[in-house]
Amino acid sequence: MNSLNEIAISFQNVFYEIDDLSILNNITGEFYKGKITTLVGPSGAGKSTLLKMCNGLISPTTGDIFIGDQPIHSYEPTHLRKSVGIALQSAPIIRGTVFHNLSLPFTLQNKKLPEKDAISFLEDVRLDHTFLHRQAEDLSGGQKQKISIARSLLNRPKILLLDEITSALDPTSVNEIEQLILKINQKYGVTMIWITHNIEQAKRIGHYTWIMMEGQLLETGESTILSTSTNERIQQFVNGVQDL
Amino acid sequence: MTYTTLSLTLIFVLIPLLLSKTLKLDLEKDTIIATVRSIVQLLAVGYVLKFVFDSEHIIYILLMITLMIGTATLNARKKGKAIKGITWKIALTLIVIEAVTQGILLGFHIVPATAQYIIPISGMLIGNSMVLSILFLNRFTAEIEASRDEVELILSLGGTPKQAIHNQLTNAIRASMIPTIESQKTIELVQLPGMMSGQIIGGADPVQAVQFQLLIIFALLTTAAISSILIGFLSYPTLFNERMQIIKNSISK
Repeated sequence: MNSLNEIAISFQNVFYEIDDLSILNNITGEFYKGKITTLVGPSGAGKSTLLKMCNGLISPTTGDIFIGDQPIHSYEPTHLRKSVGIALQSAPIIRGTVFHNLSLPFTLQNKKLPEKDAISFLEDVRLDHTFLHRQAEDLSGGQKQKISIARSLLNRPKILLLDEITSALDPTSVNEIEQLILKINQKYGVTMIWITHNIEQAKRIGHYTWIMMEGQLLETGESTILSTSTNERIQQFVNGVQDL
Repeated sequence: MTYTTLSLTLIFVLIPLLLSKTLKLDLEKDTIIATVRSIVQLLAVGYVLKFVFDSEHIIYILLMITLMIGTATLNARKKGKAIKGITWKIALTLIVIEAVTQGILLGFHIVPATAQYIIPISGMLIGNSMVLSILFLNRFTAEIEASRDEVELILSLGGTPKQAIHNQLTNAIRASMIPTIESQKTIELVQLPGMMSGQIIGGADPVQAVQFQLLIIFALLTTAAISSILIGFLSYPTLFNERMQIIKNSISK
């Protein structure tokens, strides 16, 4: 890829197995600082497993992962997870108000989130202050996803992992979330790794892309490879998804 | 009661046997096995207790308590097989229960330090603690399975395993303690407690029987609190590894 870019995360010969079933098979590659890299591939390709490895929720069976130039296992787990945030597809919400949910990263550190800061984070995800004391469970899917993204930003992460955050949303919400992610990327220079099934979204949003199938990394490069790759399996996958 | 009169009580076994046969409930074999087992086990326990009470030797008392704790541990551990080291965790919980309750009862001279008091009271408290441990383990594994997303969310935000599991742990502790508290609210309104009934049938003064029953009720509250809290705090760390990751299959039954 681009040798001028600084490396945020690198994978070196990473394998992951559960009960003798291979989930990731010899993954080697880099994610670049301040860039948005999309992870695309069919279900079961190992994308979510790879994402959770970056946040330290899962460790490789063999192989090495580096955050910057330090091995991932040299970081204290809670410290690592504060600097590598993750927003999940399911956008898990804990019982209580939006404020309660937004405060969670602070509560876990025995700190109190000032209300004005919470409102500022809400505004970052384009929700106004009236949402602050609403019950989080009553929100729509798109609103919950925005809260989930805002919550993952509370720790001021240097890297943000996004697992299919728009797959269950309507086109308006998808557009809003895309604009929001672009804004966060530009405003804070946060490195983003975004799993998506939407090839057009990957082309629109991603600076770079990783194409994965059956636990293998087939190709990496600028997002244009989604249109220009000569790999037959990739062409079949991209055309197949676009025909849906 | 003579063995002749005792044998007459077998009429109470014959009635369900006849009903089962007539209505084709297919419970005859189980009823006979249950009857034979209870006769053999209870008579054996009766003779062993008689020997222990007569000898009044500390070694025999300790052996009886060890046997109770061992049996209760083996019963309760079935529900928490997936939790690493569950056997010693339950055993330790029961030992603490026994030490705390007997420490208070004997230390303050609430009951005499004789086998006649120590063994039956230990049996009731250890038995209750065993049931509570089973209730707790059932609820705890179900709570974590149902809220795996929430547990993972807290870990992903930089929370510790203790913070990630806190809600599930307190819910399970509450759920396992509630039956003890609730049953004590209605005790004696619906039925006389077993120990009290036994004492009254045995000829004891009903007021004294009530006093001993109250002793047991209060001790059961301590048993309930210590059992679920101790086993909960001993169990949850085994669900995570040193990298604060959920261990796969650590909570599947």
